Amino acid sequence: MTLIKQLKLSAAVLALTATTAAAADVEVLHWWTSGGEAAALNVLKGDLESQNIGWMDMPVAGGGGEAAMTVLRARVTSGNAPTAVQMLGFDIQDWAKEGALANLNDVASEGGWDAVVPAALQRFSKYEDQWVAAPVNVHSVNWVWANKKLFDDNNISVPTTWEEFEAAMQTLQDAGVTPIAQGGQPWQEATLFDSVVMATGGPEFYQKALIDLDPEALGSDTMKQAFDRLGVIRENVDDNFSGRDWNLATAMVINGEAGMQIMGDWAKGEFVAAGQVPDEDFLCFRFPGTQDQVMFNADQFAMFDQGGTVSEEQAALASAIMSPSFQAAFNVVKGSVPARTDVPDTDFDACGKKGMADLAQAAEADMLFGSLAQGHGAPASIKNAYYDVVTAFFNGSFDSETATEELVTAIEIAQ
Amino acid sequence: MASAPAQADLRTRLQNFIPKLVLAPSVAVIFLFVYGFIIFTLYLSFTDSRILPSYNLVGFENYSKLFRLSHWTTSITNLAIFASLYIGISTLIGLALATFLDQKIRGEGLLRPIYLYPMALSFIVTGTAWKWLLDPGIGLEHTMHLWGWESFQFGWIKNSDYAIYTVVLAAVWQSSGFVMAMFLAGLRGIDNEILKAAQMDGASNFQMYRRIILPQLRPAFLSAFVILSHLAVKSYDLVIALTGGGPGRATELPATFMYSYTFTRNQMGIGASSAVIMLMTIAAIMVPYLYAELREKK
Repeated sequence: MTLIKQLKLSAAVLALTATTAAAADVEVLHWWTSGGEAAALNVLKGDLESQNIGWMDMPVAGGGGEAAMTVLRARVTSGNAPTAVQMLGFDIQDWAKEGALANLNDVASEGGWDAVVPAALQRFSKYEDQWVAAPVNVHSVNWVWANKKLFDDNNISVPTTWEEFEAAMQTLQDAGVTPIAQGGQPWQEATLFDSVVMATGGPEFYQKALIDLDPEALGSDTMKQAFDRLGVIRENVDDNFSGRDWNLATAMVINGEAGMQIMGDWAKGEFVAAGQVPDEDFLCFRFPGTQDQVMFNADQFAMFDQGGTVSEEQAALASAIMSPSFQAAFNVVKGSVPARTDVPDTDFDACGKKGMADLAQAAEADMLFGSLAQGHGAPASIKNAYYDVVTAFFNGSFDSETATEELVTAIEIAQ
Repeated sequence: MASAPAQADLRTRLQNFIPKLVLAPSVAVIFLFVYGFIIFTLYLSFTDSRILPSYNLVGFENYSKLFRLSHWTTSITNLAIFASLYIGISTLIGLALATFLDQKIRGEGLLRPIYLYPMALSFIVTGTAWKWLLDPGIGLEHTMHLWGWESFQFGWIKNSDYAIYTVVLAAVWQSSGFVMAMFLAGLRGIDNEILKAAQMDGASNFQMYRRIILPQLRPAFLSAFVILSHLAVKSYDLVIALTGGGPGRATELPATFMYSYTFTRNQMGIGASSAVIMLMTIAAIMVPYLYAELREKK
């Protein structure tokens, strides 16, 4: 009997310590594990620590967050959701639909989020007029990162059209460097293809095909042409790309092994972490043909419902994320631009300033488009169907005609 | 007079009852977690479940979608290539190694564990090690280039058409020693008297293996087949570690397909239907085989 009593007592003590530990800590699930990203996250950690809120780190590696989302599902189904989770676009909406996210409206109205966050972003941070996530940053994916020395040595000027881009790749090829550093994971190939589709078909086509998912646009000749162009880019990638992480591809550009990388602006963090300076050591320019558009994805932190209320730590975390000083400090390190439009650009480098100006301009001109590859065009099932076709094409399983047909079928099945 | 048999009766009844009582929890657990979840999966495969299970029935829609996916066709083709080569080659190599080791050679005690040790590694370790070995940038090809053989090329792991064979290579490397051990045990179980009698009748070595030894190894063949085929169908970790399903989706197997659709792609219905198809495939191969093999024993 005493044994059982003791057991019960120790269980109670354990439960108690568990809750007290949770009361002072935030457990944050994220996939920011590369050098530049980890440095950016430390800004947030420091900010919370100054408010005496402990940080329980729960990193799950894997760019794009596929692995992290799997862990999250397991945690939620076992009734043990983390306090806050890094999430992208439609994932937020999917979880909000399941009723798993906390309502942040009180924190939002206190911080005046409605006025400062662009509408295109609010579409993802809000579910049925309730704020469910705090946007940290806006990334855009239609960037090209180039090694300036290689460009100067080979007399290449910044390409602004597809033809110039093709010529630049040829020049680099002739000079004996790998023209394009590409990572070999489905999400990276698809991220590249987002820009190619936008450049080939223009904004209206992109909207119709990859956001409205119109089968006619998906199966059109324009789409086939986009695949053809992706094929040209593939020929300028080294043969050893498959399975490569994106930051390793960035390292190839930093080391001068490769000329360019087409990647979201998180790549800048790697350049900066390697001590490089924009416009001096590396160049950043929009993917040729997409100068007027910004294809974005935004990292947000969704707060999981803790018994119907927003806990104090969650509120503190959310308002810390949305404070202008944090948004500036964080995004300077991360390479992205602030999700708030009222943050001054004084601390940002040349690429950051350009990114902020582009974002403001695109938001004004209605040229802000969600990136399908980054989960901001359509829900996860469609995004993955898109990955399947693009990666199969990029790895040589399909020709451009089959790929176009497959894209129509795959997206129809995923709907 | 009346009470004594009744007591004995109670005791025997209790004796009969206790084993059942002791086994009951594990039987119940197996029924729930194995058969219960098979039924649950079967049910889910007929629903429109996406991110979490839903109970809205949609008939055979998931199955018709599944078979229109080229991704799924790739997965089952890969499984057919992988399973047949893996089972075939492992059995052949295992049998050959066992036969050679059985020639009463010196150093058998040393050789046997050397062949057997790969089995002690997990598939993740095997996959990672072979990934590095086969990678043209750092592995075999690179080393050969450093040694001066500049024209050497071995980039199968980066080639969509050949990558599946690298999975076979790593899996065969891992399992052959284990198959060898099974055959060796079988070979040691064969009665020497029969072999001597055959020798006396003038049977050649080849005839002895063909007519006497191999037929007697039948139970070992059965065990090898059963073990290898279930390893083949459920192999997941090896592919994930070795190629990650790539290049592209070229080395996806039904197990990786099922996992990604169910858990990362928010299409639980299609994932469940692929699991059901996998179960039916295994059942279609294993049940007749087991039935034929086990009936003969009687």
